[in-house]
Order: sequence, then structure tokens, then C-alpha cells
Amino acid sequence: MLIEIKDVPFEPYQCLLEYQASAGFAGKFGATAVFVGSMREFNQGDDVEAMLLEHYPGMTEKYLQKISEEAISKWDILDSLIIHRVGEMLPNDPIVLVAVWSAHRAAAFDASRYLMEELKSRAPFWKKEQLSAEQTRWVEKNT
Amino acid sequence: MSNAVIKIKFFASLREHVGLAEAEVDEGSVDTVLDVWNSATNNMSLPENILMSVNMDYVDNAYAVKAGDEVAFFPPVTGG
Repeated sequence: MLIEIKDVPFEPYQCLLEYQASAGFAGKFGATAVFVGSMREFNQGDDVEAMLLEHYPGMTEKYLQKISEEAISKWDILDSLIIHRVGEMLPNDPIVLVAVWSAHRAAAFDASRYLMEELKSRAPFWKKEQLSAEQTRWVEKNT
Repeated sequence: MSNAVIKIKFFASLREHVGLAEAEVDEGSVDTVLDVWNSATNNMSLPENILMSVNMDYVDNAYAVKAGDEVAFFPPVTGG
């Protein structure tokens, strides 16, 4: 199980391969469910030029750890990986990677969905959008 | 005594609304998270949808605080 907060851009598929290669479940998994969330260049009908992702250091890691442990207790999965960006980002930048490995597909699908939904409702991250040189706005709630 | 205080943090839009990133209150002057809010913000009204934590776990505003606690107030989370 790995939780990582990155303050610089990351390449999710490379991170996924590196983690999988170093993890101890080679030969045991038949399913890998992967979710990558990326920054759009639009939101709520407006163009978005850039975004600042703020978080609560310490609590963020605590809740990502908590939801990862919950997923392992609820489903028969082998391992999970969560990587989330913070700081200044641009459209097309990956924001989040969630990956789950299991012997069979159902557990990996269900646990990865659970991790993403719980991350979005419980992990203390906040997005501030830069709409233009002069205009910023906080995203008020997740959809 | 350095731990006779409660540390307070504000995040995101709430930090801008309150005008503070961090504060401290004397433990003897507050019982609950709501008391901490009132003391730190000089009785600003508590926005309805605000989330709060004590020592990095979610609580409600009636939760009892003690010396050395870290209390945080923040808007609904928007990660992912």
C-alpha cells in the first residue's frame, strides 16, 4: 500500500509500472484497476487557465491511509496505490492516480471506485481555479 | 506552559474569509470546537457547510477540546 502527495508534475503510468515492479504480488494478480484524474481546461462553463491545489498536510495522508485500509478490509484485494498532486498545475496535468490489484476483476473495480469516491468526499484537498490573469475562484464542491 | 493552548488552522476559502491561516487560544477559555471558532474569529458566524477536525479527525462543533489539540476549520473538500 502506498500513499503519495506530489508537489511537482508526475507521470501516472510510469509510477504505476514502477510500483507494480517493486511490489511483492508478482504472479498473484489477475486484475489491475486504474483511475487517472486530470485537469480540464474548462469547468462550469468557463475556461480555466491554471489551478492551485491546496491540502492539509498530515490529515491528507491520514485519510488516504484510512480509506486504503478500509478498501483492503472490504474487498479481497492485494494492494493499492494512491498518488495525488498539490500545488500549481496546468490543464492536462494528472491530478490523481488510484490503482488496485486483485486476483479477480470485481474486487479491483469496486475497490478503486470506493477509493476515488472516498478521496473526493473525505481527503482534505481544495482547488482554486485561475480563470484569467485577474480572476480566480475556489471550487465550492465536488460533483 | 506551552501546551496549555489549542492550535487552530484555517484552510482554502475559509482562510481568506476569516483572514487568518493560524491562531491559538488558551485552553482554559474554551470547551468545544464551536467555542474555539468563536474565540479565534471574534464571534464570526460559523458558515453552514464548514468542516472541522481535531487532531486531523473529523468532528462536529460540539466536540470537547483539550490542551495541545490542533483544531482545523475548512470548506467542503474538492480533491481528485
